[in-house]
Amino acid sequence: MLTPKRRRRERRTAFLMIAPFLSIFIAFFLYPTFSVIALSFTDAPLIGKGEWIGLGNYAKLLNDRLFYTSLWNNFYFVLLTVIPTTVIALLIALAVSKLKGRMQALVLTLFFLPFVLPVSVVTMIWAWMLDFQFGILQPVIAAITGKPVPVFMNPYWVMPMIAVVTIWWTNGFNVLLLIAGLRNIPADLYEAAALDGATAWQRFRRVTWPLLWPVIALVLTLQLILQLKIFDQVYLLSNGGPFNRSYVVLMQIYREAFQLNHGGYASAIAMVLFLFIVVLSVLQFQLLRMGGRK
Amino acid sequence: MITIKQARNIAFTTLVLIAAAIWIFPLYWALTTSLRSENRIVADAGWLIDELNFAAFVEILKNSKLPVWYLNSVGTSLIITAVVLLTGMMCAYALSQLRFPGRRLLYLVVVGSFMVPVPALYVAQFVLMNDLGLVNTWWGIILPQLIVPVVIIVYKQFFDAIPKEMREAVVLDGGGDFALLFKLYLPLNWGITAALGIITFISAWNNFFWPFLVVTSEGMMTIPVGITQVTDSFGVAYARMMALALLAAAPVIIGYLIFQKRVTEAVMISAGVKG
Repeated sequence: MLTPKRRRRERRTAFLMIAPFLSIFIAFFLYPTFSVIALSFTDAPLIGKGEWIGLGNYAKLLNDRLFYTSLWNNFYFVLLTVIPTTVIALLIALAVSKLKGRMQALVLTLFFLPFVLPVSVVTMIWAWMLDFQFGILQPVIAAITGKPVPVFMNPYWVMPMIAVVTIWWTNGFNVLLLIAGLRNIPADLYEAAALDGATAWQRFRRVTWPLLWPVIALVLTLQLILQLKIFDQVYLLSNGGPFNRSYVVLMQIYREAFQLNHGGYASAIAMVLFLFIVVLSVLQFQLLRMGGRK
Repeated sequence: MITIKQARNIAFTTLVLIAAAIWIFPLYWALTTSLRSENRIVADAGWLIDELNFAAFVEILKNSKLPVWYLNSVGTSLIITAVVLLTGMMCAYALSQLRFPGRRLLYLVVVGSFMVPVPALYVAQFVLMNDLGLVNTWWGIILPQLIVPVVIIVYKQFFDAIPKEMREAVVLDGGGDFALLFKLYLPLNWGITAALGIITFISAWNNFFWPFLVVTSEGMMTIPVGITQVTDSFGVAYARMMALALLAAAPVIIGYLIFQKRVTEAVMISAGVKG
């Protein structure tokens, strides 16, 4: 049994142990979270005090056409990345898991490596690959469209190409998760299926897919959250252009806060983005879980 | 004799290797470009590395602030990693082993903070850094990056797996919890500590958006932010651009190749937690 003295000592120790994290957490996470909420109801500039204007920023947001453009671009980008990257990662994971030993390690390394690169390195390399004059991929583009295209300055190409770059950069993470999931499927299930004379497709459909589904759902959810937060690649490759065709929500937050000095309005946009991410990810995760049960 | 099955295996492996080679081609192409003279690059010189011209690398190391950016990146990333691990393991130990009021609430708040998209806080965090006078300093770069809830959750899971009797025996003998954490729980979990450390370091090293906002002078930039400045001042100089990209990426690439297993492990564990 714990004596009151020992219980007090345990509490004191616990307090000392959580204090460093808790104080950092409160100062640099909780406090900013509440101040974003508070700022979103004011007309504050980035630096300095503002007046309370109630729901003024949110009302303004409803009539801001640029905001609808950036929201649409975010959803378009999600469409271009989330499911494609999951499918590609699944194909790679299935292929890699068939290989053995060193060959498997080598191939996995090659597919995973881009994930550890800083974003600006990724965008520099791809800007060079797709360079209008000397890019090594321009002949490929010319073969499809008949002429070279300055992809990041073209309203139709800009988002799909940023999606390609993003998938190349982040796909390794998904491959790893799916391989981990595949390894957790008991081998005797495949043996039993093979004994029953199941074809490769049947084994995938009846064994791999249902057992891997929780991991696929996880990948889809994490990707959705990640891709809704896109900023870096867009800023570095096209800076929101051309004609706002790659203008995304975080880009608008950045411009409003740091270039137009509208701290309050930027905070209101941040709140809406926050709500979108929470609602969509909860919704998607529930949907995917239901999909798995059937 | 090669059977049909072996032939199919070889064909399959070859196919996957080709796919992997295509996947990594952008990095190979960056290397090829960086080793050529600017004149040959625009003269369409083919796909093979047939020239070992290090002029671009020398030029970058001599005429850019790259060494300073390395220093800033190494310094801030190391401090972030050390503080995140230390505060994370202590907090996780308390959550896992000690009874205190508010324990459940604290754990819920830590788990719940996953949901908050950090960039949405950048405006408020910038204002805070400005109030504290930390804009354009190392601490300005570091402080908002110190909150990594995954570390706490992973440590807690691993500490939970250690039998409770261990702690009770040591505490009955008069041993303190701090000694217990650093002399027993930490050594038992070096593997996971290394894995968490590496992944924290890589994400701090690669963070672009926050340092980009809080840094205002070239001398204070980290690698991912700094190299975008050089690109602007170069104009058209492909070899130098690719040499710059590769020099900027070298530490993480080398680090990944050395600690590959740990990185893989860390990614899998932290993602398992997020689910």
